[in-house]
Amino acid sequence: MKRHSKASTYTARSCSKALAVILCAVCFCSAALAQGGELRFCLRSEPKTFDPLKVDDDASGAIRYLTGGVLIRENRQTQQLEPELALSWKVSKDGRQISFRLRSGIFFSDGTPFSAEDVAYTIQQLMDPALHSPTGDTFRSGIGSVETKVISATQVSIRFPAPVAGLDRLFDQVAILSEHSLKKEMAVLGPFMVADYKAGSSIILRRNPYYWKTDAQGRKLPYLDSIHLDIQPNRDVELLRFKRGEIDLINSLDSEYFDKLSATSPQVVHDAGPSLDSEQLWFNQAAKSPIPGYKKNWFRSTAFRRAISEAINRDDLSRVVYHGHAQPAFGPVSPANKFWFDNNLKPQTYDPETALNTLQNDGFRIENGTLKDKDGNSVVFSIITNAGNKARERMAVLIQDDLQKIGIHVNVVTLDFPSLIERMTQTFDYEAILLGLTNVDLDPNGEMNVWLSSSENHQWNPSQKVPETTWEAEMDRLMRAQASASDPNKRKEAFDRVQEIVAEQQPFIFLINKNALSAVSTSIHGAAPVILSPQTYWNAEWLTVAGK
Amino acid sequence: MSLGQRLACAVLVLVLGASFAANWLAPAGYARQYRDATDAPPSHTHWLGTDELGRDRFARVLYGTRISLLLAPAAALLSTLLAALIGGFAGYAGGAWKRAAMAITDLFLSLPWLFLLITARALLPLNVSPVVSVVVTFLLLGVLGWSSAARVLCASASSLRSSDFVRQARAAGIHGRRLFWMHVLPNLKPVLFAQFWISIPVFILSEANLGILGLGVAEPMPSWGSLLKELEGLVSVGEEPWRLVPLILLVIVVTSFQIVISNQEEVAA
Repeated sequence: MKRHSKASTYTARSCSKALAVILCAVCFCSAALAQGGELRFCLRSEPKTFDPLKVDDDASGAIRYLTGGVLIRENRQTQQLEPELALSWKVSKDGRQISFRLRSGIFFSDGTPFSAEDVAYTIQQLMDPALHSPTGDTFRSGIGSVETKVISATQVSIRFPAPVAGLDRLFDQVAILSEHSLKKEMAVLGPFMVADYKAGSSIILRRNPYYWKTDAQGRKLPYLDSIHLDIQPNRDVELLRFKRGEIDLINSLDSEYFDKLSATSPQVVHDAGPSLDSEQLWFNQAAKSPIPGYKKNWFRSTAFRRAISEAINRDDLSRVVYHGHAQPAFGPVSPANKFWFDNNLKPQTYDPETALNTLQNDGFRIENGTLKDKDGNSVVFSIITNAGNKARERMAVLIQDDLQKIGIHVNVVTLDFPSLIERMTQTFDYEAILLGLTNVDLDPNGEMNVWLSSSENHQWNPSQKVPETTWEAEMDRLMRAQASASDPNKRKEAFDRVQEIVAEQQPFIFLINKNALSAVSTSIHGAAPVILSPQTYWNAEWLTVAGK
Repeated sequence: MSLGQRLACAVLVLVLGASFAANWLAPAGYARQYRDATDAPPSHTHWLGTDELGRDRFARVLYGTRISLLLAPAAALLSTLLAALIGGFAGYAGGAWKRAAMAITDLFLSLPWLFLLITARALLPLNVSPVVSVVVTFLLLGVLGWSSAARVLCASASSLRSSDFVRQARAAGIHGRRLFWMHVLPNLKPVLFAQFWISIPVFILSEANLGILGLGVAEPMPSWGSLLKELEGLVSVGEEPWRLVPLILLVIVVTSFQIVISNQEEVAA
């Protein structure tokens, strides 16, 4: 499978074997079962939109995943790209153009035929600046318009004004709209379609009668008749409903709940290993922040940040806070991200003695159990995190205890989320923050806004006019280099170096990668929970309900 | 004093005494983390088991009780004094003074306190030690919790203003501040006393509520609020009944206060 070849040519034939093996393995049981049944699970918020191009929240993303037909799908299990509505595709060497050969004989859920014109129409809508599509924004790499060319009913090419790194992977998020259907975004190409919506209560998705996929026996997919989605923000209620058998799946289960469920029903819980999500601590290095100058000097010292990192017992964070359902973090990329993770990175070891030595070499000294800097200031700082997040509050208290061992006094402050965000992005009135990063994108391009020093989301020192440090300047150069390169290996080389700089400089002190925990009722067959979203129902069209 | 009230007093004295003997009863302290024994059930080393970070729950209950039982009365005293000054003076002065004071009181009563407390906490400096956070939390509660008591005291002072003995004092030439301090305020004492006792359990519960929101006493210092936070995972309560101890203690203490208060209210009446 030449996923990372220069031209990224991908044919249906080249992946058909892999696809067949995966689907057969996943659906071995379900194939033997009759069709029908209803899958039930909870969305944790109201979907903001049913328009797939405007999706900007998890709930809307879930609806898009289940109803939208895409040209290319990223297999959530193998992390490889697979053809869906496109039979094959080709990305030009300059990374600016992608050409698709489409399947024929496919219809939208209202019976409207699908053709290359629908792809062109979708791209035009997606890139319309007036629409402000978050999905469209990921394709914007340069100034200028996007040109779509319909070659035939099954062939279309799209040309972007500048190279777009990881172009083909971005199409996983683009659900194709119908140009001619009167139902517009409600006419879909995915396995399910929205049948009923009660605001604040529930959404019912029914099987798309025109869905194009069939199983090995020639039966039409999906197997399920419908999916019942209850809108339920309360995690406790969600768990209770699962225990009562009222819902069939829970995604992103807390480690505490995972253990409780595991104690009574070990067959329903799934730990898919480290996810892409990380938890990290960072110090405020912004010049404009109102914190005292001597504290800024600590936070800007690489030795200080490295010492803090060495003095934090990440194994205990994983073991105590997450009950073993988390792994000490290596750096910005989780080992779960198979291609982009830098295998040369070493895990950060817990070593308070080395941490203290590092600090002493940097001019700090211990006096009566308190660490003082060279000017005699006691090392005291506050870590803020969002109130109500039990795991983060517990991690902060463990870190407080760890740092006490090297004479650093930490005040743990929990703030409501809007206040925290205001301090982080507006007033810069904070010393250290402990927060998490939810990563849904495997490609580092999704993190450009974090690593570029000019970015507002370069949290430790945002919106720099020119990079204030040499290592940030190097990171800027490397991130831009990887974004403009079309060769995946060259991109990886550049991004590996970014990961190494982050490990050396510790602007973010990465703490842990949470495991992807989920629960699936025993009545559901064919489920194979994975780390990527949507963990449990990524193969929804192949799922079956026992007894149906 | 009835038998029930005497029992309630004994319970309060016992709980307060135990909390003051925390250093001796639970020498491990409230902050030490036994990381290899997290969420442990009761044992001879940890009488009430350990919390999710491996801290001795018995020690945390004792120290938390000390903090809540010391500072809730302090906050109650502050709020009652403020209520006496604002409500008592408004009721005594009457007229425009009373209308203005009551308008302010009504404004205070109508404010969404939860959000204001969250905002107030967010505006406070971040680098405050746990001890300061305790004082600040209860100071906030005290400063902001006077309004309902002020209304009661205003009504009491109003009725005193038109009472026979105040009229006689006026007729005898006593006016102004002297009349207020010598004749009105002493007669408000029973109401003040009752308001003080009523406020204590209210502030204990308020701190507990703030603690549940993560806005009360800072870690690692315990308070009843932070101890009650452990009960958020309701699913586990039935399986680990020893986790209920802080809640049971809170109910016992608040009930005891109410029984004692009923005696004070009788005195006031």
